[in-house]
Amino acid sequence: MKDTVSTRYVLSTGAVAIIAGAVLAVVLFDGAPTKASDDDYFQPVQDEIVKSECSECHMAFPPGMLPARSWQKIVAGLEDHFGENASLAPVTTRHITEYLVANAADAGGNSSGVLRGLDEADTPVRISEMPWWVREHREEIRDGAFQDPRVGSKAACTACHVGAEQGVFEDD
Amino acid sequence: MKIIYPILTAAALSVATMAAADPARQAIVDFYANAAGVTDFSAEGGKSLFETTQVGGQPDTNVCTACHGTNHTDTGRTRAGKTIEPMAVSANPARFTDLEKVEKWFRRNCDTVLGRQCTAHEKGNVIAYFSSL
Repeated sequence: MKDTVSTRYVLSTGAVAIIAGAVLAVVLFDGAPTKASDDDYFQPVQDEIVKSECSECHMAFPPGMLPARSWQKIVAGLEDHFGENASLAPVTTRHITEYLVANAADAGGNSSGVLRGLDEADTPVRISEMPWWVREHREEIRDGAFQDPRVGSKAACTACHVGAEQGVFEDD
Repeated sequence: MKIIYPILTAAALSVATMAAADPARQAIVDFYANAAGVTDFSAEGGKSLFETTQVGGQPDTNVCTACHGTNHTDTGRTRAGKTIEPMAVSANPARFTDLEKVEKWFRRNCDTVLGRQCTAHEKGNVIAYFSSL
């Protein structure tokens, strides 16, 4: 019985958190609930293995930020991952690839705004090379921002986007 | 002399016990000792490997301290901006207590920094160094 009670407590706490999150999202986005098509929201990684393995050196980037072909290329090259060996056991690599491909920007025939401007022949391996990313960061970022020691890298989303881990990339 | 010997022995034992306080870490040390065919590791050797600039690996990360920092009771930072927990066992008791994790990161980081795999002897030395801090 104890287990049942504590499970209920956890579930109800979770439900409250979700409701609170939804309310907060509504407040932040001026009445429009967040959804995948919003420019500023990307669903965070939901899979625990992907979340833990892909967040050890950088935040776990949302799969919807890149097309499937990009994720396939990235995970296939983990032995030299932007100059670092980030290799994993083959079974883990396979799992991560499947998840990222299934949730990529073009998964299920989706054509989200994320792919706008991207040539079909191009397979970017850096999110910061995606046309949508360049558009979003073109004008409002001061010169040298990415070289600032508190940022240091275009992969350090959370340095400016405080809600990045929760999928919120609104302008901060 | 009769008095001093037991005191010295007790002191030596307690130091050894402190360094190997965690049985999981001791098992990893024993594993590397067995693999290397040695009975002892060198904290100095570990310090040298960790803090010397290397050739053969990636130029941006040619020394372990590039990301881990030089104060090992403090955190480090990856190139992508994530915090790395302290390496010193005194500051981070969970260090070197999970063989799979230890092997995973030696495999990755020795390749990145040195352009080769580290030997069991080198790995044991590194653990000895961080256990001594």
